[in-house]
Amino acid sequence: MTAAAAPAESPPRKVGGARPARIVIGVIGAVVVAWAAANVFLALAYYPEWFFDNRLLMAVIGMIAGVGGAALLFYFVNVFIEGLPQRFSEGVIPYVFVFPSFFLLGLVLVYPTVQTINYSFASNDSTAYVGFDNYVAIFGSGEFWLSLTNNALWLIVVPAVTVVVGLVVALFADRLSAQGEKVAKSFIFLPMAISFVAASTIWAIQIYSPNPDIGLLNSIVTSLGGDAQNWIRVDTLRLNSFLMMVILIWMQAGFAMILLSGGIKGVPEETLEAARMDGANEVQVFFRVIVPQIKGTMITVFITVTILVLKVFDIIYVLTNGQASTNVIANLFFQELFTFQRAGRASAIVVVLLILVTPILIYQVRHYRKEAAR
Amino acid sequence: MATVTYDHASRIYPGTERPAVDALNLEVEDGEFLVLVGPSGCGKSTSLRMLAGLEDVNSGRILIGDRDVTDVQPKDRDIAMVFQNYALYPHMSVADNMGFALKIAGKPKAEIRQRVEEAAKILDLSEYLDRKPKALSGGQRQRVAMGRAIVRQPQVFLMDEPLSNLDAKLRVQTRTQIASLQRRLGVTTVYVTHDQTEALTMGDRICVLKDGVLQQVGTPRDMYDTPQNVFVAGFIGSPAMNLGSFKVADGKANLGGAHIPLTRTTLDAITDEDKGEITLGFRPEATHLVSEGTEASFGIRVNLVEELGSDAFVYGEMLDKEASEHISSGAGDAQVIVRVEPRNPPMKGDTVYIQIEDGQKHLFSSATGQRLPE
Repeated sequence: MTAAAAPAESPPRKVGGARPARIVIGVIGAVVVAWAAANVFLALAYYPEWFFDNRLLMAVIGMIAGVGGAALLFYFVNVFIEGLPQRFSEGVIPYVFVFPSFFLLGLVLVYPTVQTINYSFASNDSTAYVGFDNYVAIFGSGEFWLSLTNNALWLIVVPAVTVVVGLVVALFADRLSAQGEKVAKSFIFLPMAISFVAASTIWAIQIYSPNPDIGLLNSIVTSLGGDAQNWIRVDTLRLNSFLMMVILIWMQAGFAMILLSGGIKGVPEETLEAARMDGANEVQVFFRVIVPQIKGTMITVFITVTILVLKVFDIIYVLTNGQASTNVIANLFFQELFTFQRAGRASAIVVVLLILVTPILIYQVRHYRKEAAR
Repeated sequence: MATVTYDHASRIYPGTERPAVDALNLEVEDGEFLVLVGPSGCGKSTSLRMLAGLEDVNSGRILIGDRDVTDVQPKDRDIAMVFQNYALYPHMSVADNMGFALKIAGKPKAEIRQRVEEAAKILDLSEYLDRKPKALSGGQRQRVAMGRAIVRQPQVFLMDEPLSNLDAKLRVQTRTQIASLQRRLGVTTVYVTHDQTEALTMGDRICVLKDGVLQQVGTPRDMYDTPQNVFVAGFIGSPAMNLGSFKVADGKANLGGAHIPLTRTTLDAITDEDKGEITLGFRPEATHLVSEGTEASFGIRVNLVEELGSDAFVYGEMLDKEASEHISSGAGDAQVIVRVEPRNPPMKGDTVYIQIEDGQKHLFSSATGQRLPE
């Protein structure tokens, strides 16, 4: 044969072969970096005096060790992979690089989920299995069914109303001058920046306070000749639940508005003009041309708010702590775990919540994939 | 079917001084194909959109038939428009796109389907009726946009550069298809384009606009043979007319070596404001080569020869350097374009002598730019 089949020992190595030196360097480097980084973090935790008890210095060193360690680790792992025979390394590279994130996700998401399911079959201090006792207990409790129906009510009302409010606001903001639109949008978006607890407190005091001198609602009612009420305790027709939904809608309308406004601006102006020339009035233009074109955005907003509603907790916790027929699943779980110290039942409630959320999550993932494919 | 009348119609965009369309007076006959043509920013699209009702008319009136539609909503004008980017409804199938106007008008389903199928047959779209616009080629989308207009059986068709998004070959094909379709349907059509070839080939009459002002209306032959001013002379025809600023002396127009005799009528029409100058134009195809020294001929140094098979065009400049500064053509300042016999073209660097054919020169006042009598 010709020069192409040079002896394996000659300096220009055959392309694609294994390189043992790189494999060794890679493995040793990765292990040393991991060991060193781990030691730095342990030192930060156990011997703060080594760092003169200076928190700033510790933070800087921690950041350097963390970011630099990760970078070095990936570097050595890469050296190791490149040392492998080529047909091997090309297949292995993606897995090696996504492994750390999968590992962390598993640690903080999958493991707790599995443990929660596990604990839902265990006793209140999670020391012995009790079979389905926890499930029997929660499904037999009126409070649980009350929470479920409340959650259902929230689910029916809040996402739909949020989308509608967001859409209306986006449409009207769109008609304002450029400056007016900016100001209006900023104001409507502002509640998004407030924490749930703060927003709930504001509403509890400023709006719903039983004292007509403080609460806006009561001051309106009394000025119209009515009697002041403790609104948040009025559970006729679950009125208090609806009043609390208003808070969430108020907070989420800005988010909905921003997304939907972007969607509306993405609708080509010509299609609206074409529809007008085709004889459509403004209402028909909106429902037959604009809405179908922003359907994807509307579903995205709807799903996002739906998931938020399933997790709703802070508002109820702050305003009533679940009293006066306002309890929801998240708050019930909190009470079971921390107030009544019943980890088993709390876990069972969470598992029920998980089962309820799963179909929505599956739908959401499918929807996003479809959007991405377009 | 109806006539269209612009009666001193003006459009001034908010925040601008100069009208985009300035007191446009124009009558379109019943069943006529009228082309609005001009460079970008000349107000041709604005004129069309005023007729569509998509732009306000700030002064003057617009009539369709005998009906004053100046303040009528687009949806009530009974006109159909083909947009430059087609403006198809992306969420509807081809059939739904075409039938949208009829659906809005509340026509029975069977009639809608029948009319859509008829239009689809005419436009060769029958097999695509169930597709979404996304799944169509550019030419098919263009035909759907046409179909959407003809299904309506409106009084007037408006077309806003409907061919500009097609490739060159398809544009030529579609050009003839649209023109023959319009002849067959006999619907009054107003067509906007920036391409003078499209205007010449499609229009019954052409209307040239510049800076919002009507320059000339006439048949393609009128526009080519007797342009009323320098702008129309330079705009209509391809390659564009050669236009030079000549000195008037001894009853002749003189520039460099060129001395072209003028008639008594022309000389009488020259005013003091022209400062002894006249703008003389000749089309590249209105010349022939002569031997040196022939009366009223002048020499040109050949810079480039463009051979197209059926024709050959010589790009050159006048022998007299200073004189050549005063002449321009479609190829730019100081350039003269001349059509020559394609079998035996001159070479680059040659000097050729040309004579303008009898009755083929165009004379314009150098002060006003208006055509002078001969």
